[in-house]
Amino acid sequence: MKTLPRTDVVIIGAGWTGLLMAKELGARTSLNLVVLERGGPHKISEYVEGMDELDYSHRFHLMQDPSQETVTLRHDATKNALPIRQFGSFLPGTGVGGSGEHWGALFPRLQPECFEVYSKTVEKYGRQRLPENHSMQDWGITYDEIEPYYARAEHLVGATGKAGNIRGKKIEGGNIFEGWRSEEFPNPPIKLPYLGALFGEAAKSAGYHPYPNQIAILSQNYTNPDGVTRTACAFCGFCVRHGCMVGAKSQPTNTLLPVIRKQKRVSIRTGARVRRIVYDQGHDLAHGGAKARGVSYIDSSGEEILQPADLVILSSWTLSNNRLLLLSGIGTPYDPATGRGTLGKNLTHQVTMNVGFFFDKPLNRFMGAGSAGLAFGDLEGDAMDNSNLPFIRGGNLTATSGGAQPISAFGGLPHSISARWGSKWKKAAMEYYDRAGGIQGSGEHIPYKTNYLDLDPTYKDSAGEPLLRLTLNWHENERKMADFLIARTVEVAKAMGAKEINPSPSLGDYNVARYQTTHVQGGTIMASTPDRGVVNPYLQHWQISNLFVLGASTFPNQGSANPTPTILAMTYRTADAIVDRYLKKPGLLA
Amino acid sequence: MRRRQFLILSASSIGGVLVYSLDRRVSRVFAQEKSTQTLQIPLRFFTEEEALIVAAVASRIFPTDDAGPGAKEAGVVIFVDRQLAGPYGRDRHRYTQGPFDENAAPEFGYQGKATPADTYREGLKGLQGFDRLSPEDQDKKLESIERSHFFALLRQNTIEGMFCDPLHGGNVDMVGWQLIGFPGPRMSNFDDIDKHYGEAFRPKIASLEQIIGRKIRGSEDEEMK
Repeated sequence: MKTLPRTDVVIIGAGWTGLLMAKELGARTSLNLVVLERGGPHKISEYVEGMDELDYSHRFHLMQDPSQETVTLRHDATKNALPIRQFGSFLPGTGVGGSGEHWGALFPRLQPECFEVYSKTVEKYGRQRLPENHSMQDWGITYDEIEPYYARAEHLVGATGKAGNIRGKKIEGGNIFEGWRSEEFPNPPIKLPYLGALFGEAAKSAGYHPYPNQIAILSQNYTNPDGVTRTACAFCGFCVRHGCMVGAKSQPTNTLLPVIRKQKRVSIRTGARVRRIVYDQGHDLAHGGAKARGVSYIDSSGEEILQPADLVILSSWTLSNNRLLLLSGIGTPYDPATGRGTLGKNLTHQVTMNVGFFFDKPLNRFMGAGSAGLAFGDLEGDAMDNSNLPFIRGGNLTATSGGAQPISAFGGLPHSISARWGSKWKKAAMEYYDRAGGIQGSGEHIPYKTNYLDLDPTYKDSAGEPLLRLTLNWHENERKMADFLIARTVEVAKAMGAKEINPSPSLGDYNVARYQTTHVQGGTIMASTPDRGVVNPYLQHWQISNLFVLGASTFPNQGSANPTPTILAMTYRTADAIVDRYLKKPGLLA
Repeated sequence: MRRRQFLILSASSIGGVLVYSLDRRVSRVFAQEKSTQTLQIPLRFFTEEEALIVAAVASRIFPTDDAGPGAKEAGVVIFVDRQLAGPYGRDRHRYTQGPFDENAAPEFGYQGKATPADTYREGLKGLQGFDRLSPEDQDKKLESIERSHFFALLRQNTIEGMFCDPLHGGNVDMVGWQLIGFPGPRMSNFDDIDKHYGEAFRPKIASLEQIIGRKIRGSEDEEMK
């Protein structure tokens, strides 16, 4: 193993969190930083050539390569896990920018109660309403504490939307059920595609409160507080699973890299596959006394390298964060039988449903942008009264026009048509091609004692190391929530003038092949005491005080809202804690 | 009467289409000229016999009919040939370590060992002479394999070959996009996204290479020497 000269900070993973931390530390300290990224670099010019559905949407050009490393999954601990041979239900990215390059850029905050989901649920409905085998716990921080960091994240990406609650004042047209905001969005909502307009009228007529989706795609040219200027969205429709060819969709490469490139003390090494976080075994791991010494990785030529560092930032997406800690032997793996151990617990995904329906008029759905459209939050956990419902919490419904691409979109047919090939099928598919719409629901996935992560005993990656194993399934709370949201969606679709409606099937068992969302949370969760979580609320490892873990792996539970704004807000908060407190007096911050 | 032999080799049976050859030279062949010319399309993966069968299957999945052109005009078989010879066909990016559980529940996705190339090669053995059957008998044969993994690939790859960007060798002359009014990649829809509510807006169709004015290599060419 080759040992390189020591650096002050090593950052594992060049996605949203790793690059945001690099940018902050690069701007506010004189530290030398090394960012290690397993994939390659990306350029905006490559995203113009990337307006190709086949290679990007179906051959997954921007995604993690499962032949190198994947994960395994089983529905419960009595079964053998099988490898996810091709990613399907979630799509981790790779390369500089990570999943932040191909995302849909929905940018909602979590509802305030999500941070205190255990105590708020007990307070509202009593302990007897907590689902069997749940493992809900509070985060150790509150919405009020994180609000200023949300605002910073929204300025960073130039979020577009309309506030529904400014310092407690409800504003019609925004999401009146959202947590309070200190100010209006930096940019107004982007233009409204036809499907969203239909959805908005129908939702309003049903008594709901539709609002423009809050997204990190620009409605006008914008210069953020770092001086990075990006242009307005062109609605090209090559958005999700693609990078943005004009830079309107905020991505780490167009929002953070322009700043980092000017920072002489930050260097990004691509093709660096991290194997271990190396720590000093001589110290007592129990009380924050142990010290990380650096990181070992394989470089693109296959050589093993040791990069010593004083501070290690683990920011490699939820599943890789967990796997690296497990492989490095840092922390106590969670044991579902005894409830002991913290590493790997509270794995959550997101409850998703998609109701398709058919109109007698065209939608011009080749045009679009990520999550452009409207949503309503009347059925979300904080807004809804669950007293007489068979589940706790809830979800939001939205109709978005991300740009339909023909390989994916051709052949979406009403259930009344059974042909799947041949002339009859072709003609029906041509007729319905541009008349098909959809409403997506996303609901909260609460954590359970039986959903967790550990190392797989059978399957290995291309380097011969164990894959991460997901033990994960839906429970009654999610199934009943999904059925409820599907029924409400069908009512809205009817009010939109749909001629035929295909309700999504009930949730059943967790399915790795059906795309849901790339929002996987938990495993290295935060908690206010070391017996309940891997990191403290500053995302600092409870046992190794010079190791911080960033990203959704630190979420004790999922909210119905997508995680990226919360991930960025928490990263800002950790950056402040490192700069203002940790560097002045290294040691545990909580 | 259309002949159902593999159409790439005989110009008179192709119709007016563009055909991309291996080195990306483009030839245009016009049926109405009653040319006796034959076009030699080098195949990357299929034998000639296999290519004839795949072309015939794709034509039953996505037929040429009174609604417009189909898999034959789109050059689907050429598209599939290239895909199977490339990283997709060889499962370059799929996790292919064992053990394999071929009987896994569908919630686990495809768990088999066979690559797409293996699946075609094996499946085509069961379709020998398919291209010489009557359309009715062809449909009967396909109905008998409709639930197989092989058929799922045939159907998916046919749709891909109909609607992919022409840079991949399918969707020749953008016939697939013309069927559904998909304009291809457009640099901006800014002025139109919130207009045309309820009315069809059908801009001029153009491919990615036409839009950006240079050649683009698809993933199927990644490892070609």
